[in-house]
Amino acid sequence: MSSIADARHHDAEFHHHHAHAAASHHGGGHHLLTVEHLSVSFEMYDAQAPFFRAGRVLLPVLRDLTVSVHAGEVLAVVGASGSGKSVLASAIMGQFESNALVEGNIWFDGEAMDAARLAELRGRGIALVPQSVANLDPLMRVGDQIVGPTGRSTDARAAAERRRARMRELMGAYGLDAAVERLYPHELSGGMARRVLLISALIDEPRLIIADEPTPGLDLDLAVHALDDLRAFADGGGGVMLITHDIELTLRVADRVAVFHEGTVVEETPCASFASPELLTHPFTRALWHALPDRDFAPVEGESPASDAASVSVEGEGRS
Amino acid sequence: MSYLGTGSKYAAASDAAVSSVAGAFVRAWRRIPWPVRTLVRFVLLMLAVSFVTFALVAASPIDPVQANVGQTAYLTMSPERRAALAERWGAGEGLLERYGAWLFDAIRGDFGESLRFNAPVVSVVGERLASSALLLAVAWLLSGVIGFALGVVARARRGSRLDRAICGWCYLLSATPTFWLAMLALMLFAVYLGWFPVGFATPIGAGTEVSFAERLHHAVLPALTLSLTGVANVALHTREKTCEVMASDYVRFARLRGESELSIVVRHGLRNLVLPALTLECAQVSEIIGGSVLVEQVFSYPGLGQAAVTAGLGGDAPLLVGIALATATIVFAGNLAANLLYGVIDPRMRKGVAHVGA
Repeated sequence: MSSIADARHHDAEFHHHHAHAAASHHGGGHHLLTVEHLSVSFEMYDAQAPFFRAGRVLLPVLRDLTVSVHAGEVLAVVGASGSGKSVLASAIMGQFESNALVEGNIWFDGEAMDAARLAELRGRGIALVPQSVANLDPLMRVGDQIVGPTGRSTDARAAAERRRARMRELMGAYGLDAAVERLYPHELSGGMARRVLLISALIDEPRLIIADEPTPGLDLDLAVHALDDLRAFADGGGGVMLITHDIELTLRVADRVAVFHEGTVVEETPCASFASPELLTHPFTRALWHALPDRDFAPVEGESPASDAASVSVEGEGRS
Repeated sequence: MSYLGTGSKYAAASDAAVSSVAGAFVRAWRRIPWPVRTLVRFVLLMLAVSFVTFALVAASPIDPVQANVGQTAYLTMSPERRAALAERWGAGEGLLERYGAWLFDAIRGDFGESLRFNAPVVSVVGERLASSALLLAVAWLLSGVIGFALGVVARARRGSRLDRAICGWCYLLSATPTFWLAMLALMLFAVYLGWFPVGFATPIGAGTEVSFAERLHHAVLPALTLSLTGVANVALHTREKTCEVMASDYVRFARLRGESELSIVVRHGLRNLVLPALTLECAQVSEIIGGSVLVEQVFSYPGLGQAAVTAGLGGDAPLLVGIALATATIVFAGNLAANLLYGVIDPRMRKGVAHVGA
């Protein structure tokens, strides 16, 4: 990874395969997170073949994906639902299924990562904000889950008390009543659940937050709140990778957009580029632009965002 | 209310009147306090179990007189004597008549006399149950604890040799008939090795003064045999449930928050496995009682199961009904305990609202 001398870019300056936004800067002379040429495929039995004769096939989900997150910015990874964006989130956190084949490089804060090192960073540098309350244990009180596992030793107890104090501080800051920590997940309202999930990431004081579809299921008001909270985290110097299919909403808060299509990032560009289709380079991104509300909805030959998910899966299964 | 909702949504127009009647019934039923509903269910269960048992005895080709007096005695018996015995044992009576008479007495607390044991059914069942209790309890606990542990360990080491060994062992066990396993255990441990007695609950010829250690010594082999098939059942179910829990979103999130695998299994895995384990354990009660019939027979263990075989082969309807009622009560109590414990463990059920699947 070449180190970059200047800490801040001009708007829309292009280097390292991507264009920059005003907020993007290279703290410490490097990207906060760089993913280079990442490919993930899953080895599985051929679903098309007869049951007993089915051979193993590789189902590619991510291929040659390159994307970067800078300190202080919100990068939105936008793509169709079910197209493998969550696999990207898992890969960045070093979480792989046993049948996954992974290739590529991941750098965090200038340091080359492997799966074990990425796993060490969970909760200690990189934190996940999951989609819904289903990510909380239904049988455990919310407060105990935010604080996390605690040891029995005196030191561990003291550390747990400090974490609890920090949790209460955060709950106060996000307007959650102290009684919420005694509730079970099914008792939370949508708005409370969203804040609880955010706090469970913030309590670890991460440098990078990966938000995996944080807005579906929330009404517009709550969704905007959710994104504003992520924006505030980025403004405080952290990096946010916002994984979403809602481009319209993300254009309000993100600095840059990485357009995810057929398992890879086809274009990484500042939000400002979405002002006009001429600023967008890839045909799929242009098609996406045309599909936005209040646009002309002109079909672009062979590149329909709506058929994205279907085309990926059909292509994947046909491969042997 | 959800029942009514789906009922009215899917009912065809012609069924509307029927479903509204059913709906009114369900609504009225739900308004009755829970303890009363449970009691009504219990009484209905007892009536059904006793009636079915009587019907089965009536349908059985066994003539109680012939079965109980012995071949020689039966042949040399005068026809008058035979008729007297047949009348006393209710052989020729109709099913409804017999059941009605039994029910009339049972309601007043008289469950009749056992033909084979020549004693009141209540005392025979009580005596046999006391003798079986140790066996059943040990087998039940062992199969639950060992099965649960094996299931969790198999999943925690999924795909490993240990996992495959546990699963293979369980498949083998569930495919093995209990009585055959019992005979095998008897031959190996009682006959060849001589570690355990060949049968009975107490040493042969011992009076009433039998120490607990001696009872335990006699119960070990049948109890272990009885628990073995249960172990397979519980272990395989627990493994499946553990897979489900470990693949859940909340476990994935805990992992991505940096929680160690061990901590996840202990903090989230076990917590969420308690409910299915409870269900399994309570379902296991009936399995164990069913298995005890065969195991007690092989080990000549004078318990409830063996008494059931004796009663069945002897056409001893009152005793068979008594045993059926006693075991049904135990199974009912097990399920009731599970229901009550669900509320204690699962906060989602505490307010009387089940959020199943939501």
